[in-house]
Amino acid sequence: MGENLSQPFEKSSMTPEEIRKINREQRIQTIAFGFMIAITLLAFIAVGADVVPGSFAIPFILGLAGIQLFLQLYYFMHLKDKDHGWPNTFIVSGIVLVIPTIVALMLLIGVTKY
Amino acid sequence: MVREATNTLQKSVLWDWLTTVDHKKLAVLYLISGTLFFLKAGLMAVFMRIQLMFPMNDFLSGQTFNEFITMHGTIMLFLAATPLLFAFMNYIVPLQIGARDVAFPFVNALGFWLFFFGGILVSLSWFFGGAPDAGWTSYVPLASRDYGGLGIDFYVLGLQVSGIGTLVSGINFIVTIINMRAPGMTMMRMPLFCWTTLVTSILIVFAFTPLAAGLALLMLDRMFDGMFFIPGEGGNVVIWQHIFWIFGHPEVYILVLPAFGMISEIIPTFSKKRLFGYTAMVFATLIIGFLGFMVWMHHMFTVGIGPIANSVFAIATMIIGIPTGIKIFNWLFTMWGGKLTFNTAMLCASSFVPTFVLGGVTGVMLAMAPVDHLYHDTYFVVAHFHYIILGGIVLGLIGATFYWYPKMFGHKLNETLGKIMFWMFYVGFHLTFFVQHILGLIGMPRRVYTYLEGQGMDTMNMISTIGAFVMSAAIILLVINVVYSAMKSPREGGDPWDGRTLEWATPTPVPEYNFAQTPQVRSLDPLFYEKIHGDGTMKPAEPIGDIHMPNGSIYPFTISLGLFFAGFGFIMLNMENAIISPWIVIAVGGIITFGSMALHSVKEDHGYHISKETVEQMEKEVGTNG
Repeated sequence: MGENLSQPFEKSSMTPEEIRKINREQRIQTIAFGFMIAITLLAFIAVGADVVPGSFAIPFILGLAGIQLFLQLYYFMHLKDKDHGWPNTFIVSGIVLVIPTIVALMLLIGVTKY
Repeated sequence: MVREATNTLQKSVLWDWLTTVDHKKLAVLYLISGTLFFLKAGLMAVFMRIQLMFPMNDFLSGQTFNEFITMHGTIMLFLAATPLLFAFMNYIVPLQIGARDVAFPFVNALGFWLFFFGGILVSLSWFFGGAPDAGWTSYVPLASRDYGGLGIDFYVLGLQVSGIGTLVSGINFIVTIINMRAPGMTMMRMPLFCWTTLVTSILIVFAFTPLAAGLALLMLDRMFDGMFFIPGEGGNVVIWQHIFWIFGHPEVYILVLPAFGMISEIIPTFSKKRLFGYTAMVFATLIIGFLGFMVWMHHMFTVGIGPIANSVFAIATMIIGIPTGIKIFNWLFTMWGGKLTFNTAMLCASSFVPTFVLGGVTGVMLAMAPVDHLYHDTYFVVAHFHYIILGGIVLGLIGATFYWYPKMFGHKLNETLGKIMFWMFYVGFHLTFFVQHILGLIGMPRRVYTYLEGQGMDTMNMISTIGAFVMSAAIILLVINVVYSAMKSPREGGDPWDGRTLEWATPTPVPEYNFAQTPQVRSLDPLFYEKIHGDGTMKPAEPIGDIHMPNGSIYPFTISLGLFFAGFGFIMLNMENAIISPWIVIAVGGIITFGSMALHSVKEDHGYHISKETVEQMEKEVGTNG
């Protein structure tokens, strides 16, 4: 094998177009990450500082969790990207398969008969 | 040996096999260890049948019988059927898609060694106070810390370790099939065995994760005073049943889909026709895989979930009959009007069809929730799933063994012995299990070690046991056949069956790089296409050149060995008087595992190249008989 396989390249071999794209992607990821941290903090503050009334707190937090889940899948798991057909298929089928599982484990455990 | 380049030849035989990352050698390892586990679990079944030969027999005690039913089921499903299928998937899939190896050869080796050490861990239970005895389903509360013995700990930890192995192998197959196909090999040109391997691997990824979670919960319950499954402390036992069957039902399809794939390879070859309804077969496979996740509750009809839930799952279960029926008819239509050759492989493949239909019919019977209250926990269920497993999976495996043996080992298995073996197996199988339908209907409960005289069960149990003896004789004959053929059978070329798919385009023995030049695929059944429209050889898609190969590595072995120690350490937590502190064993195991991982990450390993000259020389040597 070649001796210099482990050495880093001095200059990137990407075209300016590709570099622009990757920088943009990086910026989007950072913004998404910051936003997610913000809504996580929001959830804690909402409960900790009694900003929202108790009866509204649970749906409020669940709503935030929904947004969080969407952002995680869409940005971090790259559901938004093109040419990600296979990973997207797997994530979507995972979600489809997990819904009956969760429903069953919450409801169909012999406590109430359906 | 001509099939190996000098780098491999420099190693000693033992070191080579311990460190190999070659998919073909790992397949042989899977085949051997799977066969050993198969023989072990088969012997247990024979012992159980001897116990049930006469009413009130005392050949085995009730406790030993419980341990045997548990180990028979656990070993057969996790440690015999799975690795035997993996053996063929490993060997054949890369060849069929025109790849040089799987996508992650290291992970492939890791998968094998994890499975192997997990299996050893489960088997060790015999030496530490008895095997697990709560059935292969290991239902709580029977398996909880209050009632289950040390054997259950071996079950939990052993399956956890071997389950990780199965999981990583599944991921590996998915990546291989999606990314490593030769030019021209589109998804809809893949042989059906590759398709079923892909769907099976997807099922593994989605099904073995719940199993790992469930086993982890059970481990927390048993070793660290958890209370997930302890009703007295707010737990719920039905949750275990759900988790187990969310895994357990797809597991059935994980095992049977590759067998479907094997049948779909054997039948076209020996009918001299392309597979009837290829597209329908692919979609039927996908639908079966999807529906396999939507039906698990039919194992729990009698638990008391409620009538609506039962109905929904009963209907979902019956729907699976539709794609399966599509497959059955496609196999029949493939044979219809074909130029049939009935050798052993084809005998297995064609008799698979009616036997599997019998198992499917009883399956739909069991799916009817109200009637299931009669069938539940009787021998009817035992008969049903043995028709699926033996009549489906094992016939598929034996057929695949006879079909791919010349590719794997360079010579055919003896056909005369093979046909005798097949008929003995087939007759023995129906003798054993057909009467069990009736035994179940007249009320013989499963998992009970004896029965009383004068209840009309004596004769049928005797017949069943005799059938089991005939079947065992057939398996012994198969082993004899392997030894006999190794000495007597003539060497075969690369394409002894006049095959259709890409694996038959490689020379035998297959060189370690599989294809000197990646082939260009022009059709479904690519080799057959070239035989008709071309000159009978695959056209290369690239010039001949240096071939990049992965280095062997001992780390898969050590990572798995470390997990084996760690698992054993966790089991020691429940041992009465362990010689050394369990935490030391856990720590040693952890250090070995994570140390190996760290070393593997830090050490640079770029593999090696087989030079163009060596490739040309190897091709010249194997080409003469290919």
